[in-house]
Amino acid sequence: MFAYYIELGLRSLKRNPVLTALMVLGIALGIAASMTSLTLFHMMGSDPIPSKSTKLHYVQLDTWDPNQPFDEEGNAPDQVTYRDAQALMEAGKADRQAAMYKVSYPIQPENPEVKPFLALGRATYSDFFPMFEPPFRYGGAWDHGQDSQHGRVVVLSKATNEKLFGGADSVGKRVRMNDVDYTVVGVLDEWRPRVKFYDLTNGSLNDPEEFYMPYTTAIELKANASGNNQCWKPSASGWDAYLASECVWQQFWVELDSPAKLAEYRAFLDNYANEQKKLGRFQRPLNNHLYDVREWLENQKVVPKDVQIQVGLSFAFLLVCLINTVGLLLAKFTRKSGEIGLRRALGASKPQLFAQHLIEAGMVGVTGGVLGLVLTFGGLAMTRMLYDYYGNVARLDFSMVATTILLSIFAAVLAGVYPTWRACQVAPAAQLKTQ
Amino acid sequence: MEIRPILSALMRSKVALILIGLQIALTLAIVCNALFIIRQRMDTMGRPSGMDEANTFTVASFGFGDSFNTKNAFTEDLALLRGLPGVKDVSPMNTVPMSQSGWSEGVSLKADQKTATTSTAIYFVDEHGLDAYGLRLVAGRNFKPEEITVRDARSSDWPPVLMVTRALAEKLFPGEDAVGKQINISGDPSKPMQTIIGVIDALQVPWPESFIVNGDHNAPSYSTLVPQMTPYGTRTAYLVRTEPGRRDELMKTVEQKLTDSNHSRIVRNIKSIEAIRAECYREDRAMMIILLTVIVCLLTITALGIVGMASFWVTQRTKQIGTRRALGATRGAILRYFLTENFLITSGGLALGALLTYGLSFWLMAHQQEAKLLPWHYVPVGFVSLWALGQLAVLGPATRASRVPPAVATRSV
Repeated sequence: MFAYYIELGLRSLKRNPVLTALMVLGIALGIAASMTSLTLFHMMGSDPIPSKSTKLHYVQLDTWDPNQPFDEEGNAPDQVTYRDAQALMEAGKADRQAAMYKVSYPIQPENPEVKPFLALGRATYSDFFPMFEPPFRYGGAWDHGQDSQHGRVVVLSKATNEKLFGGADSVGKRVRMNDVDYTVVGVLDEWRPRVKFYDLTNGSLNDPEEFYMPYTTAIELKANASGNNQCWKPSASGWDAYLASECVWQQFWVELDSPAKLAEYRAFLDNYANEQKKLGRFQRPLNNHLYDVREWLENQKVVPKDVQIQVGLSFAFLLVCLINTVGLLLAKFTRKSGEIGLRRALGASKPQLFAQHLIEAGMVGVTGGVLGLVLTFGGLAMTRMLYDYYGNVARLDFSMVATTILLSIFAAVLAGVYPTWRACQVAPAAQLKTQ
Repeated sequence: MEIRPILSALMRSKVALILIGLQIALTLAIVCNALFIIRQRMDTMGRPSGMDEANTFTVASFGFGDSFNTKNAFTEDLALLRGLPGVKDVSPMNTVPMSQSGWSEGVSLKADQKTATTSTAIYFVDEHGLDAYGLRLVAGRNFKPEEITVRDARSSDWPPVLMVTRALAEKLFPGEDAVGKQINISGDPSKPMQTIIGVIDALQVPWPESFIVNGDHNAPSYSTLVPQMTPYGTRTAYLVRTEPGRRDELMKTVEQKLTDSNHSRIVRNIKSIEAIRAECYREDRAMMIILLTVIVCLLTITALGIVGMASFWVTQRTKQIGTRRALGATRGAILRYFLTENFLITSGGLALGALLTYGLSFWLMAHQQEAKLLPWHYVPVGFVSLWALGQLAVLGPATRASRVPPAVATRSV
């Protein structure tokens, strides 16, 4: 019977192509608008590293001014001081830990055909790589020994390796950055986390780094942070005074492999804070936090307000399109009263007619959904044009495609319930009396 | 035109009435609020930065290694650039408005204040800064060449004089002349205070959309010019102002000249202020475009929906129309009947729509700190537009209805 209803539905839709086109277009536009904004919302808020998002934690310490909080909402600063980063690294109480910050150096290629360029890098500890699991193409990360010896080593991104060495295996080769020579120990493969969750301080959708170097080396070379630097009291002059100051300019991530470890580390942080209070630091009330990846993304409000508004407005638009469809379906089915009365007279039961017409509505939904999917591709392409840094998030993944089609069918069937019910209430005798 | 018969006819088939009414209501709510958001974004994007945006561009260079002599680079570059034909003036700088990157400091009126009175953006310039940015001096004087100091890396010493914007002067010394007054931007009670020697008309901070200090929405206008060169690290940065019309050509010339003059560095970040402005506000612009698209689609769908429903009704009531014509109604009367019917439905929808509009406005306010309540005049404009839209949409089917011949009444089909 299902195939028969499909055939009936097709014939009925073909009978009035204008009306059908109007219904399909209405649903397609509503679905496209909703799915475009929903995709952005979903991709921005989704877990960028599902295999480890509960194990990786961001450390937040409140080292700020006793007279006023870090921001208007009373939060602790979103970065830590050099002193605290060092103390936490030395204590080594987590399963893995890495302090890190953004640096930028001019790269001076040996190949005279490649012009020198300014590259953005990350100064971090070797634990960064097993923690965040960027894929390696050649070689691997440096080891703890290189960390403590301030090794002149570097890990290149895939793109930087292409620029400097044409994409070949460059492990062991030399790279000159800011007049210092570094040895390549590893080259990463393509790594584009949807959201740059490990460093949200200058925007969540920025490109990943072009190179990685040991944090200890960067500090030895007095590399300033290319990211944010905030101080609540001025530091004395000079680099060493800066390192000893209360300025926050670094990020600190830990990996804690079990809930027990998490509790232990929380206690350790509070202990550390209390010790520092005795030394006259941490003058604000105790306010330490350990956020896992998802909590940190939410805390830092990664999904912009504009996207939230767009989701709300586009679903309101979908509602209008659905009401439109209800009206048009009502018009269509009411016109078929004669045919329905005839079928009832010939013995069709109400549920059968109900099923027949719901399937017809569903077919409008499928067609609208497919067209809506095509329009969603267009919508996301337009979004990538308007926001050129949305390249990572303005893409349909399989779950979004499935959601599009299912949402469309569901919407059309929902829209069809009332018109179908109305149409099936027809008393057969009344329709058969006069033509 | 008798309203009662139309109303009672409508009441008998409430469903279709509700459907169109709801569509109109939702459309009004969405369109009014979307237009208001667009208006707000346009206002934000239209704020002037205070500088000459048409003829200025930035250029920066990054030297290689600690042996790069940044001080010399500054001196040589400035002499070279200032001598180029078509260049009006050049100033060393750290940042420009709308660039989203820069330096801010708390400002206090007394050295020993616990919390700063407000915050300001810091612009490091020399005595050519006023001219290069294209700023207007409204009180006091510009820096003298001998007042320009040099800042060492990680130093916390500030020069004794500085200039502030008019907005900052108003905030710190309301109603008074700020020239000659002292403020503290070092945050260190043991360091000397700074004296304001000049007040400029306006200069925006580098973060015009997010620089809100203690709820003060005027803060994007609080900027301070500091007469200091910052030749630490290997970065040099300049703001170049050209004669009108020569900016694009000089952007290329300057890049070439700087690259050729010193091979131990990279020259980059050559951007016009207009490009920086476009980048700063691209999210607002994108939101405006998206909202406009939604408005157009929504109005189209609603109009087509009205056309569809009205056509259906006309077909349903062909016999009724024919009967009325046979009884003496003119074509015009039939047309007016349908137009009036649509007007009544639209009015009902708009009444509900006005409530929905403010409901949506409250929802938007709850989700955005800076959102304001919809101004009242959007609603009447929305009313008139949707009435017009409805009448236009129903014109086609109504005309078709008016053409139904009276003879239809006598047929039994």
